[in-house]
Amino acid sequence: MDSLAVNQVVVDTIHTSHSENDSGWILHHVMDGNYLDFSPFFKVYLPQIELFGIDISITRHVIFMWLAALLMFIIFTSVAKSYKKSLAPKGSSNFWEVFILFVRDEIAKPTIGKGYETFLPYLLTAFFFILFGNFLGLIPFSATFTSNIAVTATLATLSFLVIQFGGIKNNGLIGYFKGLVPHGVPIFLLPIMAVVELLGLFTKPFALAIRLFANMTAGHIVIYALISLIFVMKSYLISPVSVGMALFIYGLEVLVALLQAYIFTMLSSLFIGMAVHQDH
Amino acid sequence: MIAEIYFALISVLAAGGGGGGLLSVDQGLAFWTTLTFLLLLFLLRKFAWKPILTALKQRELAIKESLEQAEKAKEEAKKILSQNEANLAKAEEESKKIIEQSRLYAENLKQQILSESKSQAKKLLDDASLEIERKKIAALDELKIQIAQIAVDAASKILRENLDSEKNKNLVQNYIKEISKN
Repeated sequence: MDSLAVNQVVVDTIHTSHSENDSGWILHHVMDGNYLDFSPFFKVYLPQIELFGIDISITRHVIFMWLAALLMFIIFTSVAKSYKKSLAPKGSSNFWEVFILFVRDEIAKPTIGKGYETFLPYLLTAFFFILFGNFLGLIPFSATFTSNIAVTATLATLSFLVIQFGGIKNNGLIGYFKGLVPHGVPIFLLPIMAVVELLGLFTKPFALAIRLFANMTAGHIVIYALISLIFVMKSYLISPVSVGMALFIYGLEVLVALLQAYIFTMLSSLFIGMAVHQDH
Repeated sequence: MIAEIYFALISVLAAGGGGGGLLSVDQGLAFWTTLTFLLLLFLLRKFAWKPILTALKQRELAIKESLEQAEKAKEEAKKILSQNEANLAKAEEESKKIIEQSRLYAENLKQQILSESKSQAKKLLDDASLEIERKKIAALDELKIQIAQIAVDAASKILRENLDSEKNKNLVQNYIKEISKN
């Protein structure tokens, strides 16, 4: 199903079943909101807060972000506690250890190399934060906070800061910015290269933000669109096809949830490695 | 101060997004994300990642160490085993030598004892035959004396009976016969 068809379905669905609501019910489900949506049963409205003239209301995505953070804190402190008892992992520690070792040995070690330990806490936190967010979004009645551009942009900004921090710490402030331009570039190309490389610093995290946001949003939109086919066609007969395909996309989303957490962490780690060891 | 700069930054970033769309950056959410993530990073770094990573490193070291130790112990055992084998072979050699020696000694002893006893027996035998010879001579001497005595007795008998030469002869003859009969 290509994007044009999806758009058509979305538009049709809006017109047929929610013609009074012009913002689009699919986007409404995917986007943030100031209530927890347990429709068709009930809605839980959340408090609205304003600070320095900026709206910092507790929204759906904030709630699920906190849930992810809470889960992470509980799980990983208990894992840490189990290691305090015995170095041999037991029970669920075994499971989480696989991921931790994966981030350490497959992501941080090969891409950053020497001195990777400094960045490991950030990479681990980012990996599990995104992973938990992605999987929380797959639970019915929940919301995917990693499919919000504000969240992914913030994470990408933090990655950007960590990358610059790593580069400056290892090469010095002047050395780092000098090292951005590769060696052996002709003098007359230097100004152009400097601009390109400086832009590259910002496009990298920008791509990180857009990639995570788009991947996590797309799957949900497709699932909603497939379900809405039933209402568009106004026939129960289409429901097996809709549900079957939605289930297939859901399975795909499980894969994507894992993959996007990996890719975000992997690329962040790669950029850190490039900033730390500029001679490569 | 820092908070104001931060919110100004968020406002600038969010300005491009426009209002209400899917691609608009919600400032409140960005604020909460920053706060949540940094707090989580700080807490997990202190209470989870540091102990977990330290434990993992410790475990890897322990595994490496025990593997090396096992390898070393194996080597040691091998060495001891070969040493034992060498010792055993040496002991066997030693015992063989001792047995050989003792057998040789026993053989010598036997030979010695045998020859000694032989010579002793010969000596005994010689002594005995000498004694017999001596006894024989003594007996013969005794016999001679007795014969002489008897002869004297006979002669005295003959003399006493006063016989003629013929009769005498017969008498002597009879006498001798009598003697030989005895």
